Amino acid sequence: MNIIVCLKQVPGTNDVRLDPETGSLIREGVPSIINPEDRNALEKALLLREEHGGNVVVISMGPPQAEVALRDALAIGADEAILLCDKAFAGADTLATSFTLGSAIKKLGHFDLVLCGTKTLDGNTGQVGPQLAELLDLPQITYARRVEIQGEILKAERVFEEGYELMETRLPALVTVTREINEPRIPSIDQIMQSYREKEVKTWGAAYLGLYEHSVGLDGSATKMSKIYKPEFGKGKVEFIEGSMEDMAQGLLAKLKERNLI
Amino acid sequence: MSLNEYRGVWVFAEQNDGRLRRVSLELLGKGRELADRLRVDLVAILLGEDAGKLCTELIDYGADKVLWADDPELRCYRTDTYTKIIASQIMEHKPEILLVGATYVGRDLAPRIARRLGTGLSADCTSLDIDEETRLLQQTCPAFGGNLMVTILTPKERPQMATVQPGVMQPLQKSTRKGEIISIPADIEHKDMRVSRLRVIEETRRGIGLEQAERIVSGGMGIGSVENFKMLGKLAELLGAEVGATRNAVEAGWASSDRMIGQTGKTVRPTLYIACGISGAIQHIVGMKDSELTIAISKDPKAPIFQIADYGIVADLHQLIPLLIQELLRYKGAR
Ligand SMILES: Cc1cc2nc3c(=O)[nH]c(=O)nc-3n(C[C@H](O)[C@H](O)[C@H](O)COP(=O)(O)OP(=O)(O)OC[C@H]3O[C@@H](n4cnc5c(N)ncnc54)[C@H](O)[C@@H]3O)c2cc1C
Ligand SMILES: Nc1ncnc2c1ncn2[C@@H]1O[C@H](COP(=O)(O)O)[C@@H](O)[C@H]1O
Repeated sequence: MNIIVCLKQVPGTNDVRLDPETGSLIREGVPSIINPEDRNALEKALLLREEHGGNVVVISMGPPQAEVALRDALAIGADEAILLCDKAFAGADTLATSFTLGSAIKKLGHFDLVLCGTKTLDGNTGQVGPQLAELLDLPQITYARRVEIQGEILKAERVFEEGYELMETRLPALVTVTREINEPRIPSIDQIMQSYREKEVKTWGAAYLGLYEHSVGLDGSATKMSKIYKPEFGKGKVEFIEGSMEDMAQGLLAKLKERNLI
Repeated sequence: MSLNEYRGVWVFAEQNDGRLRRVSLELLGKGRELADRLRVDLVAILLGEDAGKLCTELIDYGADKVLWADDPELRCYRTDTYTKIIASQIMEHKPEILLVGATYVGRDLAPRIARRLGTGLSADCTSLDIDEETRLLQQTCPAFGGNLMVTILTPKERPQMATVQPGVMQPLQKSTRKGEIISIPADIEHKDMRVSRLRVIEETRRGIGLEQAERIVSGGMGIGSVENFKMLGKLAELLGAEVGATRNAVEAGWASSDRMIGQTGKTVRPTLYIACGISGAIQHIVGMKDSELTIAISKDPKAPIFQIADYGIVADLHQLIPLLIQELLRYKGAR
């Protein structure tokens, strides 16, 4: 069974700040992590390999530093790692990202299953998975919290508003997983050292993939960011209800009565 | 692509089990405004069997036209069939805007359509605006966990597509309106049936969906335990409210995940929101900031939740909640 896992390196915190002068994002000093759900996807791939044999390839589009994320993936057992890295890939929206990832997956050739996270912490769109499935002409199951494979048949439990639905499809397919699906393993320092000594992260650029610059990165994106700003929530006019415990309880009820809420 | 060929505002009307999802009606409310400002028709596209009644309902909520594909195979959502029908209708009629609710179906479907058409798609919008001059849709959505807001445009491709969070737009008042119902072909082939739904494992979820709730009593880590969360439920019951929770409270196992409010959970806009033992992290605030009246109770007077509250109480909940319940019971008993 050949499994491809799409994995993105993301900032480990959402505490981003805006540069007050330029209005651009300050991301320095923010540690990077593997997108949490992508770790679940990788874990699932490794478990499926343990069960059915085969090969796990992790693939990531990102800046050179994203190699660290791929090293982690190799350390816990991925067989191959590919970094799609090129200045031309920068500034991609999901359309351009899925196009670049899709082109690389086509180049890899035969596979049975593509696993993605449902959403990234930073992009947070949940669009790349379905868009990849569309490009690769694969059946898709999103929001999977359980996945099982028997022969050519894949079964997955998919989350939806009213509960879960049991879905079935035939391989090859693309599945996006939620954090519920498993508890990902963590590499030991030894494993990470070993991955640097013994394993390789391949880097593919636009030219290698035969992609024109206008179809990737910012130029290949259909959406443009026109404004980015800090949201204003503060009403800033809180009235504190004070006094003894009884005073506060009665004070609160009085406010509710005033507004006909009780 | 000649952008001028593209005219009209479309809304994907999602039905589940023969009922329209509320977000579709919310989108019609917003879509009506956008269509009026652009001076074009508002069109709902509906897939489902025996859905004549739903077509009328869509018109009553603002649609000028309903495109309806009627087929037993469309009763249940399927990525492949839905994508194919909607994408081909878009290629034929060329709308300039397509809005989709950010539901489990919408999030599965919209990216697939956008990719097929090679157009842009923004996710989880909380506000939409239009520039009548350029006809560009300004799609605003939270980024970085709601720490920032981003406005996105789709300048060169059409349609301009957005998924919109349930609960943020307002449906119009239902009223009898005139509209046209147009039947469209389903054209389903065997190769579109690659994924099948074997069965639904329905969770017995008590109460109504939080998005629709008029009143919410919500608990965070300050509640302290499952038992205390049950007590919070008692308070909610007395107030006719639903119970909500922060992500941390859900992760602690005190509440089920469908109760979660915020960036990862649901967006709510009740008339009354009582936040109990919630610090007010930005990821929580983004899900409840539009509540009409917010009351916050925390023992930390500096908790950020107080910045967005109308009334605040600095107190230990373990003492205050039982008292509140007692006072409410007494008040109700006296009436
Ligand atoms: C990517 C991402 C997504 C997230 N999504 C969400 C989301 O959707 N929803 C969400 O809610 N969070 C989300 N979070 C988590 C969020 O950042 C906060 O950690 C979380 O909301 C805090 O929950 P809390 O207020 O219950 O707990 P805390 O921050 O621990 O606050 C507890 C509060 O209770 C008070 N308290 C303690 N004991 C008592 C007592 N006895 N009496 C009265 N008050 C007391 C404390 O003073 C404090 O104010 C997300 C985080 C990330 C990084
Ligand atoms: N740059 C990327 N490289 C590899 N995989 C990605 C990338 N961006 C997104 N993905 C995959 O697509 C999923 C959804 O991402 P998103 O649409 O950004 O929320 C992620 O969980 C990853 O599996």
